[in-house]
Amino acid sequence: MNLKTMNKTTRSNMITYLMVIVAFVIVQVMMAGGNISSSLKGQLVPICAYIVMAISLNLTVGVLGELSLGHAGFMSAGAFSGVVAAQCFSQNINNPVLVLILAMIVGGIVAAIVGVLVGVPVLRLSGDYLAIVTLAFGEIIKGIVNNLFVGLDSNGLHFCMIKNTLEMDTDGKLLINGPMGLLGIPRIATFTMGFVLIMVCLIVIFNLVNSKSGRAIMALRDNKIAAQSVGINVTNYKLMAFVISAAMAGMAGVLFATNFSTVVASKFDINTSILVLVFVVLGGLGNMRGSIIAATVLTVLPEMLREFSEYRMLVYAIVLIVMMLATNNPTLKNALGSFGAKVTGIFKKKPAKGDNANG
Amino acid sequence: MEFLFNLISGISLGSIYAIIALGYTMVYGIAKMLNFAHGDVIMVGAYICFFATARYGLNPLLGVLLSMVVCTVLGIVIERLAYKPLRQAPALAVLITAIGMSYFLQNAAQLLWTSSPKVFPSVVKGSVKLFDGALSVSFVTIVTILVCVIIMVALVLFVNKTRIGKSMRAVSEDKGAAQLMGINVNSTISLTFAIGSALAAIAGVLLCSAYPTLVPTTGAMPGIKAFTAAVFGGIGSIPGALIGGILLGIIEIFAKAYISTQLSDAIVFAVLIVVLLVKPTGLLGKKVSEKV
Amino acid sequence: MQMAKMVPIPSTGLLTERDLGTAPILEATHLGIEFGGLKAVDDFNITVGRTEIAGLIGPNGAGKTTVFNLLTKVYQPTHGTILLDGKDTHGMNAIQVNKAGIARTFQNIRLFNSLTVEENVKLGLHNHTHYSTLEGILRMPKYWQEEKRAHERALELLSIFDMQDLADHKAGSLPYGAQRRLEIVRALATEPKLLLLDEPAAGMNPSETAELMENIRKIRDTFQIAILLIEHDMQLVMNICEGIAVLNYGKIIAKGTPEEIQANPQVIEAYLGKKKED
Repeated sequence: MNLKTMNKTTRSNMITYLMVIVAFVIVQVMMAGGNISSSLKGQLVPICAYIVMAISLNLTVGVLGELSLGHAGFMSAGAFSGVVAAQCFSQNINNPVLVLILAMIVGGIVAAIVGVLVGVPVLRLSGDYLAIVTLAFGEIIKGIVNNLFVGLDSNGLHFCMIKNTLEMDTDGKLLINGPMGLLGIPRIATFTMGFVLIMVCLIVIFNLVNSKSGRAIMALRDNKIAAQSVGINVTNYKLMAFVISAAMAGMAGVLFATNFSTVVASKFDINTSILVLVFVVLGGLGNMRGSIIAATVLTVLPEMLREFSEYRMLVYAIVLIVMMLATNNPTLKNALGSFGAKVTGIFKKKPAKGDNANG
Repeated sequence: MEFLFNLISGISLGSIYAIIALGYTMVYGIAKMLNFAHGDVIMVGAYICFFATARYGLNPLLGVLLSMVVCTVLGIVIERLAYKPLRQAPALAVLITAIGMSYFLQNAAQLLWTSSPKVFPSVVKGSVKLFDGALSVSFVTIVTILVCVIIMVALVLFVNKTRIGKSMRAVSEDKGAAQLMGINVNSTISLTFAIGSALAAIAGVLLCSAYPTLVPTTGAMPGIKAFTAAVFGGIGSIPGALIGGILLGIIEIFAKAYISTQLSDAIVFAVLIVVLLVKPTGLLGKKVSEKV
Repeated sequence: MQMAKMVPIPSTGLLTERDLGTAPILEATHLGIEFGGLKAVDDFNITVGRTEIAGLIGPNGAGKTTVFNLLTKVYQPTHGTILLDGKDTHGMNAIQVNKAGIARTFQNIRLFNSLTVEENVKLGLHNHTHYSTLEGILRMPKYWQEEKRAHERALELLSIFDMQDLADHKAGSLPYGAQRRLEIVRALATEPKLLLLDEPAAGMNPSETAELMENIRKIRDTFQIAILLIEHDMQLVMNICEGIAVLNYGKIIAKGTPEEIQANPQVIEAYLGKKKED
């Protein structure tokens, strides 16, 4: 296809796809040549998982315009259900890639179901109330998973809550051990699978945004009453964006968890939700490419700047505040805008706050 | 007897929530924003009081006063630096800024005071035995409830009877009209933050007197729960904050005692969700609809 | 080009197959709403003919926009019935009312500001663009067909106001007058039977107003729809409206042709205040 004849959005999307593919190829080449540090190698899968988390949260925050503070809750739901599924599948299936794909599908579906359960009641709310309720749901999911015991034996799966009262056969294996979390996870996640998941999620988001459903989602972000006045079912589209976003977070959770041998529920707490929010805000609301870059840089950078690690969270906090002030305060916006224009000079000016979902 | 003990503990914890909830409800009523950092102001207040009394041996009462002063200044500074430039900005931007501010305070506290827990010395010691010693209630519990009642009464009188209180109500009703009537909207909002933050300092001291472990994240959960309480009672309503806070405190303590300690937070949040769904305006809140 | 089911627009000049019977398109009777005891609109009655251009006038705060909000179910009326094309809209919400055939513009413009002009119109076409979300995500042939159709239709509709060239501009960046016109186009895209215009000429200069007046007539003639408009520009109202209702303090104080309204003493009093008697 000719880049020049495409419209602006399509071109921007193509650049994003290309960027991800090129990055993947470069890393593969570097790995083949042994030019990659082992610490960075260990980060590759988590980076992919965080990228998926960031772009999926961007669908809710940037495209739908509602703040979700419980995104890690969906990641958790996906991770825990997906890993249990992976344990079950791997008894009969030997191909780890197939097991991972099936586990991701299960994790995605479970997260989507949780998304519906959360979304149907709470999406009637909006703004601050919605944010606080998603936060509450994230904490509830964490609380439940933290008290969940799951075992697998020849009779199948066993569940119980709060206290480990599982009665399993001698061949039984404890999969989720309450606050100790997931145990003995099959480490089947690979960088290639992470790349594939990113691409799939990107395609889904871009194609969604550039379809009538995506337009409807953005319309209700811009003006709910006007959207209703042209016959758009606000609740349906809100739920749709929310659930797709949750499903992707669930799949990211499966990818993330299967990169480690143990994962605890408290890994997916409000801090993780806010970390992902930092990626989204720094990358630009609605700007998928920005989310990908922000997630990558902010995951790799702390590893490289270990001595500053204690300041990391402080810097993130400042980033959130400064980004919001810079993009929303007219005086600051103009000041930074002219400064930015000088710096970026040859590059085409891109809106800092993505008005449309592209890139 | 156990029931009575739990009930009193619940009311006491609820009183703390109510005092924190006041900060949320007043700011929400006037600036129409969820000040996410409010919970962390509580933590700062507790640390200041801790250092003043435990490290520098200040009189507890002076310690509380000092921490109120520091928190008041902090509240005003936060408002001026982070929120005021965003008066016209979309709600989403303000909320994200507030979350950033909350994170900033937590992490700044961690750098300044480390994450190792501090054992907070209670500002009021001792306890009283009732029913021939069958029921032991600490003075902190009683003081907490009393302080809460005093603050509530004072605040209701202030908002309804004084000139400044009237201008606060006017700003909360209609910022534009209040401005036209010659009310200084900016200073009214600052004042609201100041009052809320001073109350947060008191709440912080009371909270840590009852639950003596002090860490940089001490304020986060009580903050969120207190917001829940504010919503429960009806955001913007001072009596609502009291009712919501106390109900929430009772629910939490009872959930801990009779259901599960680990799941008590989940239960409290479940209550929030149910309340928001059944009555989004809360028990005493009023409905505000968008003008078309 | 296949134009089945479509409403004609100037460039094609096709006539609609819609029933052009004489029954009124809108019959609202005893319509009322109270806000905390205050009767914002009380016992409001109006009948709008199938292809009539009707006006709703009255002093500021008379409840005109509230009437629109009742008709479009932004507010649920506490009293009265609304018959649209003979069908009771009781129990319908804002979305269903639009699907049933009422489209509107807003006094304080409500566009999708961050989206382009074309996307705004395509959102008006939302319920007339037939493919599922999955077909959209998977980019099935249906998606391409329907998107192409929507694109062409959007440009056609924009051509009413000669706005095709603005298609790629952000709606929020348009000048005020163009924003008002875009709102009309977006409303028309939903294929309404009744179009409600809330102060379409507000903020326009006399020549723009004159042009708008022509266009409103043109829209009625080509789309064969009814138009009910709220307007303060009396020249516009008296010129294009066939029937006028005057609202004051939430109640209708006069109804009739422009000539009758102009001569009505009650109307003059409502606008100019009561003349001191002796």
